[in-house]
Amino acid sequence: MPYDPVLVQPMRDELTAVGVEELETADAVDQFLADKSGSAMIVINSVCGCAAGSARPGVRLALRHDVTPDRVATVFAGQDLDATAKVRSYFAHIPPSSPSVALFRGGELVFMYPRHQIEGRHPQSIAADLTEAFDEHLAN
Amino acid sequence: MRGDHPAGAMPANRGARHADKGDLHGITVVVDTAGAEVYIGRFFEQRGDGIVLLDVACHRDGANGVSKEQYVDTAARYGQWKEHERVVVPLPEVRSVTRLADVRS
Repeated sequence: MPYDPVLVQPMRDELTAVGVEELETADAVDQFLADKSGSAMIVINSVCGCAAGSARPGVRLALRHDVTPDRVATVFAGQDLDATAKVRSYFAHIPPSSPSVALFRGGELVFMYPRHQIEGRHPQSIAADLTEAFDEHLAN
Repeated sequence: MRGDHPAGAMPANRGARHADKGDLHGITVVVDTAGAEVYIGRFFEQRGDGIVLLDVACHRDGANGVSKEQYVDTAARYGQWKEHERVVVPLPEVRSVTRLADVRS
């Protein structure tokens, strides 16, 4: 059962406040990923305190890097169920987890940052992993 | 770079957490056993009778031609497919508990 939207709103705002586009429907996800030009990143947000509480500030820090995805969006697992399922359908061979981060280039998934690599880590470490992925997959 | 556990100075919107369940609560771990099975799941708590895992995958050594080590290595890259909502691994069977993120494939 989804959490109270009022409780979740600050967790949404933490990403949208830095320009991350929120995708709340499956159609919105399809439209976002239909543009296969350049690069795109989708953050699967969640209420999990063990991981998402650090993932969100980690993403915010990473987006200050010199190299960043052209477009960044988020869905909220456990809240926007259809949108989350749609995002996961784009990498159905990978076990679902949240929070997690998917990086696309030219419409292809090039990097996946699953929950277990986020859990219990400091935002700066998460940002370092993400910026390393940006440099590796998006710089050229 | 791995393994730094946030103790303080965390952002306000941390979300749900249960500090009374110990440092591994909510962390995805590999529970290897003295037998053929290895379990991967989110650590919930350790009780007198065993380790409680949530969203659990279990693999039997050699099943589908895959060793325990190969199975864990694959999970370390992408995570585990949930097969069971909740599993209690009896303590006498537990050989080791390792964070999945600390497994190097």
